Amino acid sequence: MHSNISEVSELPAAPPPFTLRLHHWVTTVDHKRLGVLYVLYALVFLVVGGIEASIMRLQLIRPHNDFVSPQVFNRMFTMHGTTMIFFMAMPMLFGFANYLVPLMVGARDMAFPRLNAFSFWMTALGGLLLYFSFLGGNGLYGAGGAPDVGWFAYAPLTAKTFSVGHSTDFWILSLLVSGIGSIGFAINTIATILCMRCPGMTMGKMPLFAWMNLVMAGLVILAVSPLSAAQIMLLIDRYLGGHFFDTQAGGSAVIWMHFFWVFGHPEVYVLVLPAFGFASEIIPVFSRKAIFGYSVMVMATVAIGFISMSVWAHHMFTVGMSPGANTFFVISTMAIAVPTGIKIFNWLATMWGGKIHLAAPMLFCIAFLFQFLIAGLTGITLAAAPFDWQLGNSYYVVAHFHYVIVGGIVFTIFGAFYYWFPKVTGKMYHETLAKLHFWLFLIGFHLTFDFMHVPGLLGMPRRIYTYEPGRGWDLWNLIVTIGVFFQAAGILAFVANLVWSWLRGKVAGNDPWDAWTLEWSTSSPPPVYNYAVVPTVLSRRPLWDLKHPEDPDWRYE
Amino acid sequence: MGALSVSPHESNIDWRLPARGRVGMYCLICAESAIFTIFVVAYLFYIGKSLTGPKPKDVLHPPIFFTVCLLSSSLTVHTAVRSLFRGNLAAFARWWILTILLGGTFLFGTLQEWRRLIFDDGLTVSTNLFGTTYYSLVGLHAFHVTMGLVALSTVVVFYFAGRLRREHAERLEVLSMYWHFVDAVWIVVFTVVYAVGV
Repeated sequence: MHSNISEVSELPAAPPPFTLRLHHWVTTVDHKRLGVLYVLYALVFLVVGGIEASIMRLQLIRPHNDFVSPQVFNRMFTMHGTTMIFFMAMPMLFGFANYLVPLMVGARDMAFPRLNAFSFWMTALGGLLLYFSFLGGNGLYGAGGAPDVGWFAYAPLTAKTFSVGHSTDFWILSLLVSGIGSIGFAINTIATILCMRCPGMTMGKMPLFAWMNLVMAGLVILAVSPLSAAQIMLLIDRYLGGHFFDTQAGGSAVIWMHFFWVFGHPEVYVLVLPAFGFASEIIPVFSRKAIFGYSVMVMATVAIGFISMSVWAHHMFTVGMSPGANTFFVISTMAIAVPTGIKIFNWLATMWGGKIHLAAPMLFCIAFLFQFLIAGLTGITLAAAPFDWQLGNSYYVVAHFHYVIVGGIVFTIFGAFYYWFPKVTGKMYHETLAKLHFWLFLIGFHLTFDFMHVPGLLGMPRRIYTYEPGRGWDLWNLIVTIGVFFQAAGILAFVANLVWSWLRGKVAGNDPWDAWTLEWSTSSPPPVYNYAVVPTVLSRRPLWDLKHPEDPDWRYE
Repeated sequence: MGALSVSPHESNIDWRLPARGRVGMYCLICAESAIFTIFVVAYLFYIGKSLTGPKPKDVLHPPIFFTVCLLSSSLTVHTAVRSLFRGNLAAFARWWILTILLGGTFLFGTLQEWRRLIFDDGLTVSTNLFGTTYYSLVGLHAFHVTMGLVALSTVVVFYFAGRLRREHAERLEVLSMYWHFVDAVWIVVFTVVYAVGV
């Protein structure tokens, strides 16, 4: 009898049954669990969007290829763009912000935990609606009818006449629904950062990641709302017979372009500002130096936020605008390179003279610095309206914005994954596998997107499903597609690393990087309540102060 | 883990932050303003571009009385919240219900106007650009009034259930900010539709 009791008490506590754990995840309002849900959801769509891109590249590997039909090709580029922006990049960055911002500002949770859960599930529903279109897009006519109007869905392609069936409606509804989720997240983030900071953390002492997410959330509020408004108008056109974008009744197709890009360009900064936030946290820690020019970084971030609201029509140079409008948007677009350039110099100055530790997170950030610089330079070439008249809607544009989004944003996202993986799971990732991921993805990225500029310069338009041989495009398209295989192999190494490290990784400890922001002071993974005692901070690097009481930062800041 | 007391003077920090409810509502108002801005821009852009009638100046009559109702409901909701801050629940309920009645009257006015436009003047969303933009903009505002009325009425239900207390005043103040916003938007919509557009 006694032995029985002791045996029972020695057994490890049985994990709760699967249904109960699932129930906890589905009903959670904890910012960390929701953050993980956002990121896992985004990872699924990263793979889905990647498969769509691969299908396009396989179709374009040689001239006159018939791997997929033109209809399927149109659906692929529409779904790839929509998926990667709205259901990969945004949820991914929102997930990191959700997980990290409350920890970094020393809060118990987000300001509105239930709104947080609501926002996530709206985003999730949006993705499901979009992908349901594969089944329901053509209604009873048959399956396989995903939207094929392009991710910016120019009028009049979206009119009932040219978009029969329901595929475009699923596209509209999915963006409307996920837009509500995004706005809810943005409201929550701003309220958390402004109202939940721990004692002593003035705005000037916040981690830069929190600052950049604050500006990002402001941009979401000002940019995603116009998109929602435009989607409502499109629904009115399609369902109530309205004429907003109906040129037959005096409506304007160009005003849709304006409404879309009023969202579309700030959206780029919605994505890139959190990426800047990752770089601003990772580069100092792996250079063993405090960030160079903290206040200038903050000012540059706010400046980017403001200027990004006034550059949208550089997407419309080829549409034909007045010389005054062209000049304005050329100048404003070039002006935004100034605060962005300031940031690049600040990161370089942070590394300068530092003791650089080339672990995977830092490798990804260094690649980001080079690639984002090149993306910015091709951006300036496209900002010049006459140059854009030549190259607008060519593969040069596709190469440019993939340089921004993959070379800039996705690289820092990978860096962020490796940097915070030990905090979130409590396990250390596999460094060799991570370096393999880095090199495979780096080679694949450059094969694909460096060489993609060339067919663009040679006049290859985007969104064509095939092309004639003998125009000088063949070799470049072959190289571009070969790069995709390297990228796919890199992603495979990445996912394998996440799964393997989560199951078998070494215990990481609370602070494996000897870092300086608050999240590294709590356990890995953090407890539900984050901090047993509300922390008090006096400087931008509270953990430095704790580790070096003889020489704390607050003496100098 | 454990206590993270990074500062030797932590107890000296005087720490006050803005209330999260107010900040959240200000953000929501910014988002809603952005949505309304797009609809207002579309309305202004399409003034006079309809290819067929009816034209705004033939069918629109400024709803002065209903506008006065809606704008004065801002005063009554403010008075209601002030009463609750002072702990006067009866006065709160009086002013709060009056707010709902005024908002309801405004909505009734919109309904009447739409009825007349649809059945007497033959103007619908699909008639012309004026119809499309008019019903969208005014309808978007009416939708916000309706949402506001639903929220205000929920509070009345709590009041009659005896669940409303003085400490809820700050929350209701946040709700009243939304109502003020709905009123302020009407000033813009009224100006655009009934003054600039005709």
